Amino acid sequence: MADLKGILVVGELGKEGLASITRELLGVARELLDVAEGEVNLMLIGEDVSSYAEEGIAFGADKVYVVNDVSAQEFPCDFYTHAVDQFCRKAGISLCLMGHTDLGRELAPRAAARLRGCICMDCVEIRSDVKEKEFVQLRPVFGGKAMAETASQRGVIQIVTVRHKSMSGFVHRSDRRGDIIDWSDQLQKGPVRTRLIERKTEEQEGVNIENAPIIVAGGGGIGGKEGFELIRELGRLLKGAVGASRVPVDEGWVHHNIEIGQTGKIVSPDIYVAVAISGATQHITGILGSKCIVAVNKDPDANIFKVSDVGVVADYKELLPYVIEHLRGASK
Amino acid sequence: MEIIVLVKEVLDPDLPPSKFSVDTKNNRVIPPEGIPPVISPYDAVAIEAALRIKEEAGGRITVVSLGNPSAEAVVRKALAMGADAGIVVSDPSFDLEDSYLAAHILTQTIRKIGKYDLILCGRQAVDWDRGVTGPIMAEYLAVPVATLARAIKVSDRSVRVERVLADGHETLEMDLPAIITVSNEFGQARIPSAWGVIKAVKEEIPVWSAKDIGAEDAQNKDNPGEGRLRRLYIPSYERKCEFLTGERPEELAAALVKKIYSRETASP
Ligand SMILES: Cc1cc2nc3c(=O)[nH]c(=O)nc-3n(C[C@H](O)[C@H](O)[C@H](O)COP(=O)(O)OP(=O)(O)OC[C@H]3O[C@@H](n4cnc5c(N)ncnc54)[C@H](O)[C@@H]3O)c2cc1C
Ligand SMILES: Nc1ncnc2c1ncn2[C@@H]1O[C@H](COP(=O)(O)O)[C@@H](O)[C@H]1O
Repeated sequence: MADLKGILVVGELGKEGLASITRELLGVARELLDVAEGEVNLMLIGEDVSSYAEEGIAFGADKVYVVNDVSAQEFPCDFYTHAVDQFCRKAGISLCLMGHTDLGRELAPRAAARLRGCICMDCVEIRSDVKEKEFVQLRPVFGGKAMAETASQRGVIQIVTVRHKSMSGFVHRSDRRGDIIDWSDQLQKGPVRTRLIERKTEEQEGVNIENAPIIVAGGGGIGGKEGFELIRELGRLLKGAVGASRVPVDEGWVHHNIEIGQTGKIVSPDIYVAVAISGATQHITGILGSKCIVAVNKDPDANIFKVSDVGVVADYKELLPYVIEHLRGASK
Repeated sequence: MEIIVLVKEVLDPDLPPSKFSVDTKNNRVIPPEGIPPVISPYDAVAIEAALRIKEEAGGRITVVSLGNPSAEAVVRKALAMGADAGIVVSDPSFDLEDSYLAAHILTQTIRKIGKYDLILCGRQAVDWDRGVTGPIMAEYLAVPVATLARAIKVSDRSVRVERVLADGHETLEMDLPAIITVSNEFGQARIPSAWGVIKAVKEEIPVWSAKDIGAEDAQNKDNPGEGRLRRLYIPSYERKCEFLTGERPEELAAALVKKIYSRETASP
């Protein structure tokens, strides 16, 4: 099979420049060049994306390919699938990295199918095995109950989505040099089949959960909407964000955009306070990056205590009013 | 409206971690004794979606499961919920661990079924948590795809899908036929009625082999799949938990606040 070289990072944009996942990917890409050889390429697609290219270089890209095209917004995944497919074929890419994001979840399998590549979803670690000349990915499976380590195949492009926050980014270096290549005219458009009608942001309550240093989360044991008021009050006093496990979301006590875990947000705050959460693996898998996990549960045998640093065995209804009182006193 | 729903038989995801074990030598999950496999929960939601579409627009629902012959049970469950027909695809030559390959085999199955307007999948099968089958099939079949649906509205020749995003939602429109993967936000799957269960027991469920669908070469096809599984193991996330002590809730609360403050100042 063909000799494949180099890495492609599929870039995404956040509110202020490159999305943090893209920076993380550029960071890990640089560490994989011993097996990937070649260069780190970053692809940016959208309306007027050229302005972000310099930032891409500072964060680790050797070459930034920009595709300025408004229609990318109209047919998001179709557009990206063509672009990634075409670029990887032309450049003979050995590893294509993207975030396990709204885009990556759909783009990765589609691009893989077109390129007949190896596919690996939601990886939390990727490293190179220099001896075997392969990439090794680690990913949670069975809802976080097990970990699977897979290896790439030589001569076959590897397409990988990476879980947010599982890797640290490259240190921003404004003196890094690289090339910016406008690829807008080179891209041949393929068929578009899915049209975007509208996109709506649903504001998260309170502090944004993904970057909050403190998160207070409630679980099924909270029992209802009223109970969640205590969680919110605690969150406010600690200047933290409010989160939830799956049960409060399914029960309709809170909006689904604050769900934490495998199917919700992946968080890594300094302090994670889990109130009346049992500690199912699907939840735990989303909070492992937390520096300190504090659990409040009335059941001393609850699984959550096994993964916690600090535990309080108590009924939250009795405990939290006093905690709130203390915090109010302290903030005066 | 011809609707095909793909359902997979999986290890019960609610299995407590203590019952979950791995044969680390052969990199396989050891099926726990006495705990039967279940339909992957998102696939049950996909059936629910199909039933609601049928209630609104009319049509016929065919359920397909690729797996061991035991997959008949999840197909029967779908029939009990209200699906019209079921097919099991099973062959000793299939490597069932590789969902990339599954997408190929399921695509062959769809081609044999022939006519369809919609294919519904779960957002991911909860064993290997990949979520790739629907999008890969869309490429193989050259039809549009939308993932993570929480609402689906079909009209004459097109379908509108509300797709869950991390921070909101988007509405997509596609021409039929199309593939949609369904997320839990769609709603709860219905419980089969007693009558539904009785009817489902009597239903004939054909089993299609590799030969029946022209997938004899599936194993050797240019299908790199997920790569080589080097290791499968149960991770340990255990931390040493310091339990706070106190007789009364007031004391516990005071200790907790102190602890949180000390951690807060300790963190960079
Ligand atoms: C495919 C799949 C994906 C999933 N994804 C996610 C996910 O992303 N995130 C997620 O969170 N879950 C997810 N789940 C669900 C997960 O398996 C658990 O069902 C869920 O996390 C349980 O939520 P819980 O612990 O808050 O509630 P419960 O299981 O109801 O536990 C409640 C806890 O509260 C305690 N409690 C009760 N009353 C009180 C009280 N008064 N004071 C103190 N403690 C009390 C109880 O002792 C118990 O430990 C998923 C499941 C599946 C099958
Ligand atoms: N063996 C199978 N039989 C039937 N449907 C499947 C099978 N494998 C995957 N699917 C469908 O594809 C979805 C995603 O699976 P996966 O890509 O394995 O996470 C599942 O929710 C099912 O709808």
